[in-house]
Amino acid sequence: MNFNIFHHFGNFIQWQGQIYRRPENGKMYYKETIRQMYDIGIGSFPIVFLISIFIGAVTAVQFSYQMTGTLIPAYYIGYIVRDMEIIELAPTITCLVLAGKVGSNMAAELGGMRQKEHIDAMEIMGVNTSAYLVMPKVIAALLMVPVLVCASAIIGIAGAYIASVPVGLFTSSDFIKGIRSFFEPYNVFIMLVKAVVFGYILTSVSCYQGYFVKGGSIELGEASTRAVVYSNILILLADYVIAIVLTA
Amino acid sequence: MIRAEGIYKRFGDHEVLKGIDFVFEQGKTNLIIGKSGSGKTVLLKILVGLFKPESGHVWYGDTNLVTASKEELRKLRMQVGMLFQGSALFDSMTVEQNIKFPLDMFTKQTHKEKIDRVNYCLERVSLEGINKKFPSELSGGMQKRVGIARAIVLNPKYLLCDEPNSGLDPQTSITIDELISSLTKDHNITTVINTHDMNSVMEIGENICLLHQGHLAWKGNKDQVLNHSNEILHDFIFASPFLQKLIDNKK
Ligand SMILES: Nc1ncnc2c1ncn2[C@@H]1O[C@H](COP(=O)(O)OP(=O)(O)OP(=O)(O)O)[C@@H](O)[C@H]1O
Ligand SMILES: [Mg+2]
Repeated sequence: MNFNIFHHFGNFIQWQGQIYRRPENGKMYYKETIRQMYDIGIGSFPIVFLISIFIGAVTAVQFSYQMTGTLIPAYYIGYIVRDMEIIELAPTITCLVLAGKVGSNMAAELGGMRQKEHIDAMEIMGVNTSAYLVMPKVIAALLMVPVLVCASAIIGIAGAYIASVPVGLFTSSDFIKGIRSFFEPYNVFIMLVKAVVFGYILTSVSCYQGYFVKGGSIELGEASTRAVVYSNILILLADYVIAIVLTA
Repeated sequence: MIRAEGIYKRFGDHEVLKGIDFVFEQGKTNLIIGKSGSGKTVLLKILVGLFKPESGHVWYGDTNLVTASKEELRKLRMQVGMLFQGSALFDSMTVEQNIKFPLDMFTKQTHKEKIDRVNYCLERVSLEGINKKFPSELSGGMQKRVGIARAIVLNPKYLLCDEPNSGLDPQTSITIDELISSLTKDHNITTVINTHDMNSVMEIGENICLLHQGHLAWKGNKDQVLNHSNEILHDFIFASPFLQKLIDNKK
């Protein structure tokens, strides 16, 4: 039992080989990918929007509180908010939220199919269910998560503006000057790397939890919870590793 | 033809099958009978490779399913249709989409050809016109029949049915038995049916295998069922006192 983690890790790695195979029928996979892109992209946009705007707003308000009485120039606000959003907040917070929404959803969907013998029924037809049920989800996430993360960064910066400029914490020109200062395109690259890696983690970990579920509805609930918890832990771990590797 | 050779299967300490040898013949309705919990479903799932036996082989012609690679397995399975004990219809798809799914996945037919095929299969199970219904809107017996329609849509060479008529009224049961039997004859299919329904045994039992406590307790056909000296078979068939009385009166 102590080696459970290694057991699952080994299984997980082995399973990846089953997923990335030539599709039996490109059109079916394509259709499924589009459906998943719609689910992930459009389906998650409202929650991403809401969270991003508040995260941006809070960052601005708290930063202005920390700045009062210091010699840091006021225009730094735009600069700080922008880079915080791009490097850390947009990719990490968005993907933690997506793990909760998209990840638990995928685990429950696959787990339900497993328990109701739908996966077995497809296997009997000759379908490679690991590929058909998982690959479209992963591809859709790899395409849509970066889009959501970019949107989150932009919305977050807008949120910061809305929360600070109208109430007089900063002037509009300070804020905009900050946003246009010290811009590093490399930071956007870091953001996209994070988005892709996190997107991969949250879909494949969640699908793994759902696909191999056993037992009944209690186990299904547990699998869905594990999908979120493990995705979150691995996302934070990957966040740290990427931070070290890409800023070294 | 499917040949099971020395199938041994256990779950933990629980030995379910202790060495089953049996030949399921082509063009015949082969029955696996036995009490609830005797391992019928497990045996059927071993025959299609959903469970791996601890030892033993399953031969489809000269392909060994137990040692086949995933690719070989998939190729073989395109020739296999299976009806699950719980039907296993995809519940977020309509009846039509359910039956069409294998066609979508494995054929290059036009939409019209697929729909024609779906309608033909629905007609075979006497369920014309329910294309747009969802599985949850159907009765248990209708779900079973849709399950059969989906199993035969790719013209399988092997048809495996797990209790096609459990929980159905006698009349519907007979319809389903006749349906499976005529499909078997029309297309020369190797059909394997799990059942504990005595009616089916007497109607369509051309090649019967009786499971008891993990062993093959008896084999034969429906004509031999009543004239035999096997105690286990006797207990199984005459579990119903009513039937026993009927036979006694006849004598
Ligand atoms: N996945 C499993 N894990 C552990 N034990 C199992 C599993 N599947 C079946 N069994 C055991 O195997 C035995 C045979 O089960 P099986 O489902 O084959 O019975 P059956 O003959 O199909 O019964 P019924 O007529 O009620 O469907 C049972 O004792 C059951 O407990
Ligand atoms: Mg059973």
